[in-house]
Amino acid sequence: MSLHFEQQDIVVPGQLLAEGDYRHGDGAFKEHEKVFAAVIGLVKMKGKTIYVVPLQGQYIPKARDIVIGKIIEITLNGWLVDIQSPYPAMLPVMHALSRRDATRAKENLRRWYDIGETVVAEIIAADRTRDPLITTRGRGLGKIRGGVLMKITPTRVPRLIGRKGSMINMLKSELQTDIVVGQNGVVWLKGNPDRVAIAMDAIRQIEREAHTGGLTDRIRETISEKLSESKGEKE
Amino acid sequence: MSGKNTEVEQPLIDAKGLRTDGRKLDELRPIRLEVGNLSRADGSAYIEHGRNKIVAAVYGPRELHPRHLAQSDQALLRVNYRMATFSVSDRKRPAPSRREHEISMVLRQALEPMLFLKMYPRAAIDVFIQVLEADGGSRCASATVAALALADAGIPMRGLVAGCASGKIDGKIAMDMNDIEDKIGEADVPVVMCPERGEITLLQMDGKLTQKELAKILQMSEDGIHRIHEMQKAVLLEKYAQIRKEIGEVPEEEAEVLAAQKPEIEKDEAEKPKATKKRTKPVKAEKKEDETKPAKKEKKTKKKTESESS
Repeated sequence: MSLHFEQQDIVVPGQLLAEGDYRHGDGAFKEHEKVFAAVIGLVKMKGKTIYVVPLQGQYIPKARDIVIGKIIEITLNGWLVDIQSPYPAMLPVMHALSRRDATRAKENLRRWYDIGETVVAEIIAADRTRDPLITTRGRGLGKIRGGVLMKITPTRVPRLIGRKGSMINMLKSELQTDIVVGQNGVVWLKGNPDRVAIAMDAIRQIEREAHTGGLTDRIRETISEKLSESKGEKE
Repeated sequence: MSGKNTEVEQPLIDAKGLRTDGRKLDELRPIRLEVGNLSRADGSAYIEHGRNKIVAAVYGPRELHPRHLAQSDQALLRVNYRMATFSVSDRKRPAPSRREHEISMVLRQALEPMLFLKMYPRAAIDVFIQVLEADGGSRCASATVAALALADAGIPMRGLVAGCASGKIDGKIAMDMNDIEDKIGEADVPVVMCPERGEITLLQMDGKLTQKELAKILQMSEDGIHRIHEMQKAVLLEKYAQIRKEIGEVPEEEAEVLAAQKPEIEKDEAEKPKATKKRTKPVKAEKKEDETKPAKKEKKTKKKTESESS
């Protein structure tokens, strides 16, 4: 029984993390009573389970995640949505429209969502055998109008949201901007263009510095600096 | 790598025991590594190994086209090794050559056993290796960069592989052959392995060697690969350490802050461990097959030395 890391160390694939009676979580694997890292990321231990929180990687759909996607195809019974993952998502009419609309929808699905339009959706089901199933029925879900879209590395989304939403709520209130973060790394912003620009810079910084500490405070400082700067310019 | 001269016209080792480029027999050529140098790729790396200059780009896991290639239980790994027309002194014809196809294949087989392909059914992982300037041992250097680019892309792996081609020149065993040594030396043996696991994933041989010589060469390559592997780890960590430094962060203090700050990630992760467990087993069995595939020449000698080394 021995550990070969400190909490939050950055580790590389194949690195020995622990020997003996430990379990492996995501981003790690176990062989011959030894736990190794499988991806580049930050190690963590919770109880006897060792995780590696990845720093890089594609978005893999998971049930109940909120994602932002683009309609890429209209099929007989719904839409295909690009959610920035290896698997395109299926949005059946049943999960997109009310029952009354659904019966009329046979005529022309483009009336609701056309190709190229962007939707906020929730993943209903995702497993290894089929493409993920999504819905746009629900609070905060549906078509997006106006605003700006940006993409970040999906593995760094938890950092952008922060503990119980601390980071994202700070951004929203400090900048009075509407921000929706998809777990797939797509972010939608709407508000005053100057403030949106500041928010986008801040999000880029969060993405870049995702593996460092004290981030919320550092971001808050940069934002207030930039806000006072832009005020100064106007006067 | 054709036509080995046993009769040496030009000495490859001088009176002082140094090689044509001034190296000792057990010395690597200078190596420089970079990671994340291509902004549009999911993962990328660059290597200068002697006069080799090679870029690797990784895309994926991503949607697989054409669809009929999809495997329902695992991702498809596609490796594409290409040499630029200006990478050698006589212009290389731009059409993919027989040699490029072969190297693409052996590199795929060298990387495949390291990846958890079962995690991404129906998807594809593409690795593009572009040789900008070629020297001896370019397939080994390619394996080294490709492993880095895969790690940079965040693709789950059992370990990093690295390559080194040692051989025999002027009757002596030498580490990390360069172009001339490769061409007029007596034998060269490209080896790709994962040093942490002691697994060889690529082993080829050109020329004639006794079993003892081959064993010695393998030992020497393993030594070189260990050194390259240390560089690989360092350059991967560098990328993130650099940002920490810019912010002026002391890693130890930060550990405590972060530990308190990020519990919500743990929740996300908590559901998955089962899946990872399942995946490790089936792929393990496959690895053994793959190890034996890449080596084609001198099968008898190969098997013996492999069991010795592993």
